[in-house]
Amino acid sequence: MSAVSVTRRYGFPAAHVLRSPALADEENRRIFGKCANPAGHGHDYALEVRIGGEVDPRTGHLLPPRELDRAVREEVLDRFGWRLLNLDPAFAHEVPTTENLARLAARLLAPRLERAGVRLLGIRIEETGRNAFAWGEIDG
Amino acid sequence: MTRAIEFSASLRLRHPELSEEENERLYGPAARQHGHNYRLEVSVRGEPDPVTGMIMDLRELKAVLEREVMARFDHRDLNRDTPFFDKEPPTPENLARVIRELLVRALPPGRLDRIRLRQDPGLWVDVVEPPERP
Repeated sequence: MSAVSVTRRYGFPAAHVLRSPALADEENRRIFGKCANPAGHGHDYALEVRIGGEVDPRTGHLLPPRELDRAVREEVLDRFGWRLLNLDPAFAHEVPTTENLARLAARLLAPRLERAGVRLLGIRIEETGRNAFAWGEIDG
Repeated sequence: MTRAIEFSASLRLRHPELSEEENERLYGPAARQHGHNYRLEVSVRGEPDPVTGMIMDLRELKAVLEREVMARFDHRDLNRDTPFFDKEPPTPENLARVIRELLVRALPPGRLDRIRLRQDPGLWVDVVEPPERP
C-alpha cells in the first residue's frame, strides 16, 4: 500500500534572544554568539507541516486545506507570529531555539490534528533560507 | 533518480453528491473554476544496470511522463477534459493518486519509488511506495 502525505508551507515573522537564564552573560555570549544579543533579533520563519492518513472519500482530502490552515493558524501562527518568542510562557525556562520551537509546534499541533482524524508526521522550520530544523518524518 | 515536469491545468473542486452551497462551504474559493502550475517530481528506484550504469533510461522516463501526464493534463481542464474526476473532485490528493496509478502501469514493475505533486509553492502531496520486499 502506498502512503500519502500532504505538506503545507506557511510563514511568520518573530523575534527571539538565544539566552539561557541559567547561564552568566559571558557564558551565553560564548555559546550563542551574536544570537545572544539581549535586545533581540528576528527572522521570517517558514513552517512546513506534514500530515498523513487516509484520503476521506467525502472530501477527497486527508484534511481540507482550510481546516489544516485554521489549526496551524490558531495553534502556531497566531501564537508566535509577530511576537518576541522569549515572552511565550512555554519559553519561560527554555531557550527559544528553532529546535525547541519545532518540537513545541509539534506538541501543540499533534493532538489537534489527531482530533481532526489525521496524523502529524513532521514539522520543519526554516529560520532563514540557509538553515532549517526538523521534527519527525519530513525531509531535512 | 528523479525527474521533474511542470504542467498547467484548470479545475474546480466539486463533489457531485453535494449541493452548490455544500461544495462552496467545503472547498471555499477552490469550488470555483481556477488553475494551478503543477510541478510533478517522479522518483524511480532500482539497481544500476552493469553495462549502462543507469537505473532506467532517462529518455524512457521522459517519454512516459510526456505520454501519461503532459498529454493528458497540460493546458486542460481536469474536470471537463479528463475522465478521472466525474465521481470525485480533483483535489491534489486525488490527482496524485490518479497520476501514481498511470505511472505504475506505464513504468517497468517495481521502479516507481515516490511521486511528489506540488500544486503551488505552499502545498504538495507525496505518494511513497512501500519498500521492496527482500
